[in-house]
Parts: sequence; structure tokens; C-alpha cells
Amino acid sequence: MRSIAFVLIGLVFLSTQLAADWPQFRGPNSGSVAASAKLPTDWSDGKNVAWKVDVPGKGVSGPIVVGGRVFVTSDEGARQQMLNVFCFDAESGEQIWRRTFWATGRTATHPTSANAAPTPASDGERVFAFFSSNDLICLDLDGNLQWYRGLAFDYPKAGNDIGMSSSPVVSGETVVVQIENQGDSFAAGIDTKTGETRWRMERPTGANWSSPVVLPAGGKRGESVLLQSHDGLTAVEPMTGEVLWRYETQCSGIPSSLMSDGWLLVPSNGITALKLSDESNSPELAWDENRLRPGSPSPVAHDGKVYVLASGVLKCGDLESGDVLWQLRLAGQHWATPVIAGEHLYAINADGTAHVVKLGEKGELAATNEFGQGVMGTPAIVGDAMFVRTKGQLWKIASP
Amino acid sequence: MRMYSRIGRWAAVLLVVSAAGERGLCQAAENIDQLTKTIRAVEPKGVGHREAIAAWSELAKADVADLPQVLAGMDGADDLAANWIRAAAETIAQRAAGQKESLPLDQLEKFLADTKHSPRGRQAAFEMIVAEQPAAREQLVPTFLNDPSMELRRLAVAEALDKAAALVKDEARQADAAEAYRTALTAARDTDQIDAAADELKKLNQPVDLPSHFGFVMRWHLIGPFDNREKKGFDVAYPPEKEIDLQATYPGLNGDVKWFEHTTDDAYGTVDLNKAIGKHMGAIGYAYAEFDSPTARDVDIRLGCINGNKVWLNGELLTANHVYHAGTAIDQYVGQGRLKAGRNQILVKVAQNEQTEDWAQRWQFQLRVCDHLGTAILSADRPGKTQVSSR
Repeated sequence: MRSIAFVLIGLVFLSTQLAADWPQFRGPNSGSVAASAKLPTDWSDGKNVAWKVDVPGKGVSGPIVVGGRVFVTSDEGARQQMLNVFCFDAESGEQIWRRTFWATGRTATHPTSANAAPTPASDGERVFAFFSSNDLICLDLDGNLQWYRGLAFDYPKAGNDIGMSSSPVVSGETVVVQIENQGDSFAAGIDTKTGETRWRMERPTGANWSSPVVLPAGGKRGESVLLQSHDGLTAVEPMTGEVLWRYETQCSGIPSSLMSDGWLLVPSNGITALKLSDESNSPELAWDENRLRPGSPSPVAHDGKVYVLASGVLKCGDLESGDVLWQLRLAGQHWATPVIAGEHLYAINADGTAHVVKLGEKGELAATNEFGQGVMGTPAIVGDAMFVRTKGQLWKIASP
Repeated sequence: MRMYSRIGRWAAVLLVVSAAGERGLCQAAENIDQLTKTIRAVEPKGVGHREAIAAWSELAKADVADLPQVLAGMDGADDLAANWIRAAAETIAQRAAGQKESLPLDQLEKFLADTKHSPRGRQAAFEMIVAEQPAAREQLVPTFLNDPSMELRRLAVAEALDKAAALVKDEARQADAAEAYRTALTAARDTDQIDAAADELKKLNQPVDLPSHFGFVMRWHLIGPFDNREKKGFDVAYPPEKEIDLQATYPGLNGDVKWFEHTTDDAYGTVDLNKAIGKHMGAIGYAYAEFDSPTARDVDIRLGCINGNKVWLNGELLTANHVYHAGTAIDQYVGQGRLKAGRNQILVKVAQNEQTEDWAQRWQFQLRVCDHLGTAILSADRPGKTQVSSR
């Protein structure tokens, strides 16, 4: 009994720890929301910038924050063949460690992207750094290598010379990667502890840059992982890869789905909203709204609203009906998914202009701030701080 | 170059090593060899992970003095195992830095100088040396101009380009600048550095033969179009895959087709099939070249192609890629084969699909023959052939 109690205490601790972290692309539950965070709305050198540090190399991945440490990936070399994983102290910005590897798969990308395009993921004890070259690197939080998989070393036709960008997710003791392209196209569940393959599933051939999503357990449903592809959705059991359900709909190839308050919001026909009840193991269509079509950034949902960003226009829709409530023009081209902190949405464009939008009955542009370098990766929010990876730097935005 | 005052320490260590200690050192050395051997046994798809994880955990505890031996574990390692071993070496170095222990710089430098060691191990050794002794970089980098490590060579070429750029600013030293750029070009294997050197040489009115530097094949026989509607022709073996008869006529997509000669004048060897064969969608084109080699030797056949493609050398399929309009670059696909002495046959199949987007209209390829370092290998009968120096 005592050992069970220790395990339970440990699980509660881990769960609490992860809740305080930003452990993956778009943060906890892939939601891009830190509801209670109090971020400054304006910043500049010397004002509300806790620190900024150089990150050598090239990368469009976002940072993650785990256990008070910020993890960022980049690539270097004439062929983007050198893979870097950096660990910085979240408090001070000091670099704690750096590891460098040689890519084992295809490293070419479009000039605007990078080999370091997928955002890493963590289970709270390990970091899973993934790259366009399909190298999957597992390190503990202190930088000790746990294992190294070259998934294109295993399957040499896996890759896309425009670049891959699907970010991994962790469910239990499985890290799930989605590698869809014109060659060896597959998804795989990898044992977090050993790096061994638990399952591998053939996927449709064709370019796809969207990321898998963990669908939390509820009612009779166990936790599952959602794979989004051009021809629809597939939910799999993380340990076995068993297909739990499929839903046919033509999905976008770049923005990713998200689960919010029982709503599964899919970039399909604009936004397709599915209801995934606790009693059912298959989703039901609630609404779809073509006017809520997301561009490259993924949709965000919070407080009964869904937000999409396309062609520089931020749109707000009602989560129950899909009705478009308001729209607001922002500047520039956006790749990073916006994040919500408190009552503000932060949308940073590819030129490095951060739009701070006050959310409410109407969207109101509260402020714009310049990073001075392009931003492609989705920021991370932990506590009352936002971590932003620019073209060559990592910033911590926080009030003193 | 004895810039580091570490020999004394090593000499002292050697003098006081007792027989028992010597045995201990030998055992440690044997242990490291065994651990790296276990890691080198890692196979694709996670095979051997459990053993490698245990071995890595022990290897990462090795003494900092053993770093050269740990790096030597990369000798003969494949891409996967090299990464495991590098991570162990970095962990050892990081721990030493945290404990204010010095790296064995002299030994690392000897390791670096020995090109029999793997290029990756040597690259890691260099990075560790300059991390602890930044001043070492200035003396080491010029020695990498013809290094088998492409990463180390790149550093030396960058430095050579910088030196040339400094010379070209002096009106009186234009000839020296040209010579310096020529040196950089000869050593360069990365496209951006080749272009940089070539551009400056052209500004200095110096002749530059980029196709020969890369080893692009410029003279081809072409035939097409054959049928690739619905992408079904990719796996169809049309007559050129069964025989090379340059006088033959075959039924094609829109009527009979026959071979014709084509020489590209593109500096990067690009053959534009839309211009040479004509614009067709859902089509296959073939390109055939003969390549004279004085000796039998291993070669890379490197292809850049934005369309579906296959490449054969003397009838042996070297690479096949059923990928359409997903980017292209020099050396995009690398096939490894063996030239025979005498006349060799290179056949390329280029498949265009039926996408209608503006960005999906290109139908083209570029192919070069080189060694594993990217050093051009030219056909003996190439017009104006001048073999680029190779190391």
C-alpha cells in the first residue's frame, strides 16, 4: 500500500509539474493558452525583457519549458546537417548545456524553414527533440542522452525536401511522431524509455506538416492520440497504435487540430467542430464554418471562443455555433500559432512584430512590439513569462 | 605547435604510474573500447538500444583524459552510433568543465591531426579544443583546407575566402587575390562557397569552369515523352530501360519518339526537359550519357531533380525517387556505384506528373559524378577536361 501511495504522490507531483510547464508545441493540451498568466502588453530593450540570449544556428521550432529550463533546437552547417539541442535556465537565461548531433536523414528545406522545425516535447523527465531530417533524440533534462533514433535512417525514403515540421507528442510512456510525405509515410509510437518502436502505421503518401494531438481521457475513453491528414482524422491508442476511430474529412496540411472543453476543432472546411463526448468513442459533427479557415497558424480556443489567423486577419468565432463574431486585421505573414494569456492574445508575425490583442466583444489591438528578428515558432508561456524564439535569439518577456 | 603547457603534466603522470596503475589504465582502456563497441552495434529501428543505453551510461562516466579514446570509438561507426558516442564525449567534457578540469588538449590535438580517425570524431575533437582554447582555432583551421571532414574543410575555405577578400581590396595585389580565390575554389565542396569563390574570380576576369569543378555531365542523349499519366509510367520499363539503341524509334505519349543529342550550357548542369523535349504533363523523359573512366573505381552519382526519377549506372539502379515538386538542390539524391574501366552508361528517368499549379511545371534534372567527398570525376573524353585535384 505504501508503494502505491508513493506512486500516486509521484504521479500527482509529475502532473502538477507538467501543468506548470509548457512541454510541447502549443503547450499543455496543445491549447496555446495560459489563462492565468499575467504578461506585459508592451516591451522593449530595458522594459519587460527579463533576458535575451543568442541561439546559434537556424531554427523555426518553438521553445518548450520544463522544470525551470527552456529547451530550444537549431541546426547549423552548409546542409543544415548539424543538430543542436540547447538548455537554458528559465530564470537567468544562462545556457546550462548544449548537445550537437549529425543528421541521419534528409536535411534540405525551403529557405524559409529549417531542419530544426518541429518543436520538442517532454514527459517531464526527458526531452524529445525532433527534426525535419526525422532524427528523434531523447535526452534527460541534464543533457544525458537516453537514446537516438534516425527514423529516416530506418526508412530512407522518409522526408520532404521542402521540409518536415510535424512536432511530436507524448502520451504516457509513448512518444508519437507523424512523418507524412511522398516517400516512406508513417506514424510511429516510440517507447520513451528505450527508444524502441511500439508500433508503426502506414500513413497516406503526400506532404503533411500538421502535428499529432493528445486527446485526454474522459468517461469511458482512454487517452488517445489524434493523427490529422489530408483525408481525415485517425485516433489511435498510444501504447499499441490500435485505431480507435476514423473520421473522414478533408483536412488542411499545415495547421493542427486542438481539443478544448470537449470540442475537437479541426482545420477542415474552415473549422470543423466535433463533439467527443465522454460516453462515445467516436466524434459527432457539431458545425463547420468555412469563414473560419485558418492559415498556417493553428486555431486557438478559449472561454467559449475560437480564434483563427489567416492572411493577416484574426477572426473570432463562437465555439457553440461557429458564428463569426468579429475580425481584426493584423500586419504581415504569420507562421507562429497565437497564444492567449489572461485576456490578451499574442500573435507574432514572421517579421517579428508582436500584436497584442485585447479579447472581448470585439478584438482590440492593444499594442505592437518589435523583436527585430523574424519569429516562426509558437511562443511558450510559463508562470507570468513568455519565451519567444526569434531568428537568432531566445527572449523572456516578463514584468519585473 | 606546443602552445599548451600540458606535456609536463602528462610526463609526470607517466612517470608515477605504477605497474598496478598501468594495469588499471589498460583495463579502463579496454573497458572504453568494449563500451564503444557495444554502442557501435546499435542497428536501425531501435535494435540494440537496451545494451547501448547501458553502455552509454558507463561511457559517459569515463575520465576526461580518456576523451580521445572515446572519440576514437567513432572510427567505423555508422551515423547512428556516431551520435551516441559524440553525446557521451560532450557529457564528459561538460562534466570536466563543471569541475574545472582541463581537457587533454595535446592528445586531442594529436587525435585531430590523424586523418585516419573518423571525420566526425575529429570534428568533435576540434570543437572541444577551441571551446577550451579559442586561440587554437587560428592555427588549426588553415590545416583543414583539404580535410576529409567537410565541416572542418568548410572552416578553412571560409578563412581562405576571407583572406582573398582582404587581398582584393589592394589594387596592387589583384593577382595574389585571384590566386587566393583559386585556392579557395579548388578546396571548396559546398555550393555556397564554390559560388562565392567563382563569382569573385569572374570579377577578376579569371576563367571559371563550374561544370567541371562540380563534375556535371553536360552532354546527353534525350528521348521522350513516354506515358506517365496518373503517375503510372514511373514503374513501367520503357524501351530505354531495356536497351540503349540510339538509332531506334519507339512509340511515345503522342507518337513515335527517338533519341537526340542535347548539350546543356547551364553552369550547374541543369537539363530543362520542357525546352529540350517540349512541355508535356504526365510524361517520362530519359537521358543517357556515356562516361569514360581510365580505371575502375567507386563513385557517387548525384542527382538534383524536382520530378520523379531513377538513375542507372551500367544497368544497375542506383536511386529511385517517386517524388514530385517537393524541392530540388544540387546533390539532392546520392547514388553510390562503381565505374568500370572504359565506357560506362548512365541512364536517367525523369517523370513529370499532371499538377497544374505554376510551381509544379518544372521538368528537369542535373547530374554529377564525383567521389564521396564531392570532388568531381570527369569523363576521360570530356572536352577541355581538366581533372580537379582530389584528396
